[in-house]
Amino acid sequence: MENNYIIQTVDIHKSFEKLHVLKGVSQHVSKGEVVSIIGPSGSGKSTFLRCLNMLETPEKGQIFFEGVDISDKKVNIDIHRQKMGMVFQQFNMFPHLTVRQNLTLAPTTLGKMSVDEANALAEDLLARIGLRDKADVKPGTLSGGQKQRVAIVRALAMQPDVMLFDEPTSALDPEMVGEVLDVIKGLVKTGMTSVIVTHEMGFAKEVSDRVLFMDDGYVVEEGTPEQIFGNPQNPRTKDFLSKVL
Amino acid sequence: MFIEIIENIFVKILPKYWHLFVFEGLGYTLLLSLITVLCGTILGSLLALLKMSKIPPFRWLVTAFVEVIRGTPLLLQLYIGYFLVPQLIPALSSNKFVSVSIALVLNSAAYVTEIIRSGIQAVDKGQTEAARSLGLSQAQTMTKVVLPQAVKNILPALGNEFVAVIKETSLASTFYVGDLMTQYLVVKGNTFLAMECLLVVGVIYFVVTFVLSRAVSAFEKRLKRGE
Repeated sequence: MENNYIIQTVDIHKSFEKLHVLKGVSQHVSKGEVVSIIGPSGSGKSTFLRCLNMLETPEKGQIFFEGVDISDKKVNIDIHRQKMGMVFQQFNMFPHLTVRQNLTLAPTTLGKMSVDEANALAEDLLARIGLRDKADVKPGTLSGGQKQRVAIVRALAMQPDVMLFDEPTSALDPEMVGEVLDVIKGLVKTGMTSVIVTHEMGFAKEVSDRVLFMDDGYVVEEGTPEQIFGNPQNPRTKDFLSKVL
Repeated sequence: MFIEIIENIFVKILPKYWHLFVFEGLGYTLLLSLITVLCGTILGSLLALLKMSKIPPFRWLVTAFVEVIRGTPLLLQLYIGYFLVPQLIPALSSNKFVSVSIALVLNSAAYVTEIIRSGIQAVDKGQTEAARSLGLSQAQTMTKVVLPQAVKNILPALGNEFVAVIKETSLASTFYVGDLMTQYLVVKGNTFLAMECLLVVGVIYFVVTFVLSRAVSAFEKRLKRGE
């Protein structure tokens, strides 16, 4: 692919049993760009995000990451996933490991860093989110907001080129949403390419370069936050925003 | 009558035969149970891997094996082992302990297969997704993330399987393999005091299984606290 896109999807389709969830999504993300995906539940936005690192396998279409078609079965997906961090709604901390080990597991197992390097990086990352004193506890003792902040830096410990956020604040108590969004905002400011599926409209408006509105398996409308939130064109976008804003 | 039974136990049974029950009987029962659970766990682990493999015929074969074993009586399986093993391996024809052990191992392996499979599948799918999203391979995800958590489900269940097997080995006495129940048959034959012998054997079974299941639940609690 001859372009500057770090991620590009070409007409991807995905079904679960008889449910056609993605009905041909062609999109792209440029280096340094922050793209938010909004839309009603069941619109396919999480499925689309999960296709970007092949956690879901599309039955049709292609996904290019840094120029490589990662939807090709012959490609070793593990190598490319190392460059794409992902943050999940349910945090998915490894409960049997300490916070520090959660951060160092992937870099050391994959031979990306020595144990000392990984530990030093973990210290740095935990300091950045103000949780350095939690390095040696198990995740079970952390609050939801703390778990999600650790999950974010766990992905960062692999020094990815892209971060994928799958509704990162949807499972949090309301008082903890702010601390997690602040971490993401700080990360975005450093120029990290990010794709964010979210229900936090104010946040999407603030951090995004581009907003995609998905409904019923299609990207129905896309544009700058000003266009989407200030002057939506599609009736479905208008209808959705009138309900959530 | 009760007083007479108690008296008989302490006067006629225990002084003369206690070593038969405690050393030979309990010894063979525990040995048979250990062999069964150890070999059953090794075989069951392999079968669980096959059952979760991507190759359908492997999955079908293991499923068929597990269903047949669980759907037929252990006593029947013991009979088949007792008659079949010496025919397949003539060298073992004089060793019924081994024949019966093989049948017990195969039986236990079927149950262990399910214990391990369900222990692994009980680990949240999000754990696998998180590990894979970081770039860990399927094998690395299994050994570094899934299995360490699955062990906490599997070990207590294996402990309970051991307790169950201790009781099940009593069926092996049908073939006089020397276990506790065999000693009941032997001592009853010598003394004609059936109820007394049954009580002694029952108390031994109960004490052993009670202590073991308490130990298993204490161990389970400790595992859970480690989270």
